Amino acid sequence: MNLDWNSFTPESALAGGVILGLASALFILINGRILGISGIIGGLFRPRAGDIAWRIAFLLGLLSSPIIFGLWTTLPDARVDADWPTVGIAGLLVGIGTRYGAGCTSGHGVCGLSRLSPRSMIATLSFMAAGFLTVYALRHLAGAA
Amino acid sequence: MKHRLSEFVVGALFGFGLLISGMTNPAKVVGFLDIAGTWDPSLAFVMGGAIAVAIGAFAIAKRRTKDFFGGDMRWPTATRIDTRLVLGSIAFGAGWGLAGFCPGPALVSLAAGVPKAFLFVVSMLVGMALFEIIERRLGKQF
Repeated sequence: MNLDWNSFTPESALAGGVILGLASALFILINGRILGISGIIGGLFRPRAGDIAWRIAFLLGLLSSPIIFGLWTTLPDARVDADWPTVGIAGLLVGIGTRYGAGCTSGHGVCGLSRLSPRSMIATLSFMAAGFLTVYALRHLAGAA
Repeated sequence: MKHRLSEFVVGALFGFGLLISGMTNPAKVVGFLDIAGTWDPSLAFVMGGAIAVAIGAFAIAKRRTKDFFGGDMRWPTATRIDTRLVLGSIAFGAGWGLAGFCPGPALVSLAAGVPKAFLFVVSMLVGMALFEIIERRLGKQF
């Protein structure tokens, strides 16, 4: 196995992870809710009285984050190597998949594993495995790169 | 109002975490998923750091009956491990690997003005709408 030492950033990854964990901790303790992005967005497709404003408030906070962050430092790079059609297909798969799977990297991966949910462990193993296999197929089987 | 403020602040904090961690850079995400290439294991540290903090908080939260504002704790009620969960998660993972975006980072990158994040988020919303349409037409057949 070859490690990409030039890209390896354990300190910022750990620091960012701690902040993600802290936000998830605050959300369950203060607001009594699981911090799962796909679920928070998905609930807007089934609007129920009293169940909309909190989702909007959270999402506005999330959407404000790069703007606030950009006030005191430059935003990190976001390089998308996938072409436009692939990005479109990827978005569709993520949208429909996270709804059938009832969660994504935040709801299952961070919150679910932290609360020791067997369902989230299976979901996380499934999407991680699919992610690894997809990149393997694209980069090492399809003859690309 | 205090509810809305706390939700907004937690949303922003989560976004900062994504930006600092490297999760908002699809090239880095794909570099993590590319074990057979030159592997960048950084994102394992993101997951590790997040769970290290959250695991204690959830242990405390499980023993509480009310949240900080006195509201009910809204725990997920589903416990079944079924085809929907596994196939849905596999579809999500495939999409994640194809572009390097998962839902949170895609929203942050959209707000940061990354053009492909815009297409990704629109497609993701279409995918979520498709789920609703299929569910309402067919019900939970699988």
